[in-house]
Amino acid sequence: MAEIRVNPTRMELKKLQARYTTARRGHKLLKDKRDELMKRFLDVVREDKLLRERVEVSLGRVYKSFSVAGAVGSPKMLQEALICPKKEGSLDVTYKNLMSVTVPEFKMEIVGDNVAEGFNYGLAFTSGELDASLRELNSLLEDMIRMAELEKTAQLLAEEIEKTRRRVNALEYIMMPQYLAAIKTIKMKLDENDRGNTTRLMKVKDMMLKAQLEQKQYTDEEE
Amino acid sequence: MYKIGIIGERDSVLGFMALGFSVHEAQNASEAENILHSLVKSGEYAVIYVVENYASELEDEIAKYKDLPLPAITVIPGVMGSSGYGMANIKTAVERAVGADIIFKDN
Repeated sequence: MAEIRVNPTRMELKKLQARYTTARRGHKLLKDKRDELMKRFLDVVREDKLLRERVEVSLGRVYKSFSVAGAVGSPKMLQEALICPKKEGSLDVTYKNLMSVTVPEFKMEIVGDNVAEGFNYGLAFTSGELDASLRELNSLLEDMIRMAELEKTAQLLAEEIEKTRRRVNALEYIMMPQYLAAIKTIKMKLDENDRGNTTRLMKVKDMMLKAQLEQKQYTDEEE
Repeated sequence: MYKIGIIGERDSVLGFMALGFSVHEAQNASEAENILHSLVKSGEYAVIYVVENYASELEDEIAKYKDLPLPAITVIPGVMGSSGYGMANIKTAVERAVGADIIFKDN
């Protein structure tokens, strides 16, 4: 691992220690964020899974009854009945902030005539199967919109979780050990300097004592 | 106000006309791709449903729009029935987020 190169001074040490504290705090916060995101994400995915299972089964049924309707009448009849819808669906989109991820929320609005009944063709030339399959499709609408919303949310959350996880790991396994190593290096260097200083002082003291002693012996001899 | 789009082959998407979706027929995957791009570019669509058999061929194109808040591109099974592609998408998202598949492991 690449180490941070620093001057072994007390100032650098203080700076590094402050950075380490910040990194540790950031790491804890991000870890909490990741855990909470994960919790929300799993809730969304579980709901989405159930919804998708239901929608896929119902859609399969709708397609089947559609092909029956096409067989009973004629494909042309089917097209004629559907090609000119009386109503128009539109979506109202609001945005929700989910753990600082912006996710869309959809609300369906249908404008047009005959909204409640849902049929936009004359009943004379079409078969009953068509009515039934359209009714089922209509009831599926809300689930389909909700499914789109959930899947989008899941995708956006997955991206955010991935990002957060990378940050957490970078702090935990790269940044923080690097700071710790640098702090340790500086501390050792400073301690080593201290010890060097002490031994030097002791040595100087010894030399001075020796000099004094020699001086004293010399004066004693002269007397 | 946004529209809801649906892209797929004729038999799969015809019924959605009655729901007020804006229906786009595609004969093949490359046609579907062009439609998809133009729908996203127009910015009028909040949700675009893509029928499974095209979606699986347009995986890379759809992935481009994955991280945008809008539009939500959702895969639905077509008239041929579900091949489990939609579910596999959820599975991929889980693997991306968690690092391992913890939702679908039992099936």
